[in-house]
Amino acid sequence: MFQYVLADLHIHTVLSPCAEVEMIPPLIIRRARELGLGLIGITDHNSAENVAAVIEAAQGSGITVLPGIEVQTREEVHVVTLFDTAQQALVWQMEVFNHLPNLKNNEDHFGAQFVVDASGEYIRRNERLLATSTDMSLEMVVAMVQDLGGLALPAHVDRPSFSLLANLGFVPPDLDLPAVEILCSSQESEVRQRFPQIRGFTMVSSGDAHRLSEMVARTIFKIAAPTVAELVLAMRGEDGRWVEIY
Amino acid sequence: MKLREVVSSLNLGVASASDTLDQTITGGYASDLLSCVMAKAQAGNIWVTLQAHVNIVAVASLLNLTGIIITEGSRLEEATIEKANEEHIPILTTPLPTFTVVSKLAALGIQGTD
Ligand SMILES: [Zn+2]
Ligand SMILES: [Zn+2]
Repeated sequence: MFQYVLADLHIHTVLSPCAEVEMIPPLIIRRARELGLGLIGITDHNSAENVAAVIEAAQGSGITVLPGIEVQTREEVHVVTLFDTAQQALVWQMEVFNHLPNLKNNEDHFGAQFVVDASGEYIRRNERLLATSTDMSLEMVVAMVQDLGGLALPAHVDRPSFSLLANLGFVPPDLDLPAVEILCSSQESEVRQRFPQIRGFTMVSSGDAHRLSEMVARTIFKIAAPTVAELVLAMRGEDGRWVEIY
Repeated sequence: MKLREVVSSLNLGVASASDTLDQTITGGYASDLLSCVMAKAQAGNIWVTLQAHVNIVAVASLLNLTGIIITEGSRLEEATIEKANEEHIPILTTPLPTFTVVSKLAALGIQGTD
């Protein structure tokens, strides 16, 4: 009943201003297939407007797409948030939009934010500045995501910027996190040595891909189904599930 | 210089631990990245930041800082104030930006480290 699934839970699309134009649904799915990924997370900065298109593009591929958002908290900490359904992600997106400052994106500075369809065709631009902080605290983001049935993982905790450890020094003791994400260029054992404050945490490693070549297949889950609930069980090492970086 | 003198000179709000203002400030440090503060700030320093997350209290307590000035009117979370009262860490507030606060502290003779 268990399956072994390679996962990259943190991938950007052309909706993220810093992503390359190649990050469109069919090419992301094709690359995921080449890498043997069975599970991918679509996590643009503060928006989920392209998740449904990637889910549609994945149909028939055998690849499960978890829709999500990479939220920037008021402490400038990036948090990967993932859900089972596009509907959940869109409810969460409304919440995130409500907590974003109403500023216009400057394409010359940040890059364009494209909403596309499943084939990658241009639908519209999001004109709003997405690459900035919401006014939600880390605690608020984690609690709200868990209330909606989602999964919240502090992103690239070993990065010197926009990370839980750089910005806040350590994991707030009351925060219930099933795992933390480390950079795809990092070795887990080195991270555990360098940051004793997260030694006790389960770790996953995703590509944080802004171009196709940055997608990675180095985190493997033993789970019964590719769902948020199963990922959480695996991160907690419960009921025969597990997750490993290799 | 006593913390109390800085509070009145910069017209700071006192959000927590108002009974701890008689400490002497030995110097200053400013950063919004707690990882940097943990590596660089010295015991006795006053710390200037706009980071208002509850973790600032643990950092100040760990390093024996004299207090934290939260700039730009950054909204304080209830948990931060509660924890600061528990740990006897004075949190001081101001609408001024960090640069302005640091300039004023420097004018009062409070030095940073090299
Ligand atoms: Zn990020
Ligand atoms: Zn990212």
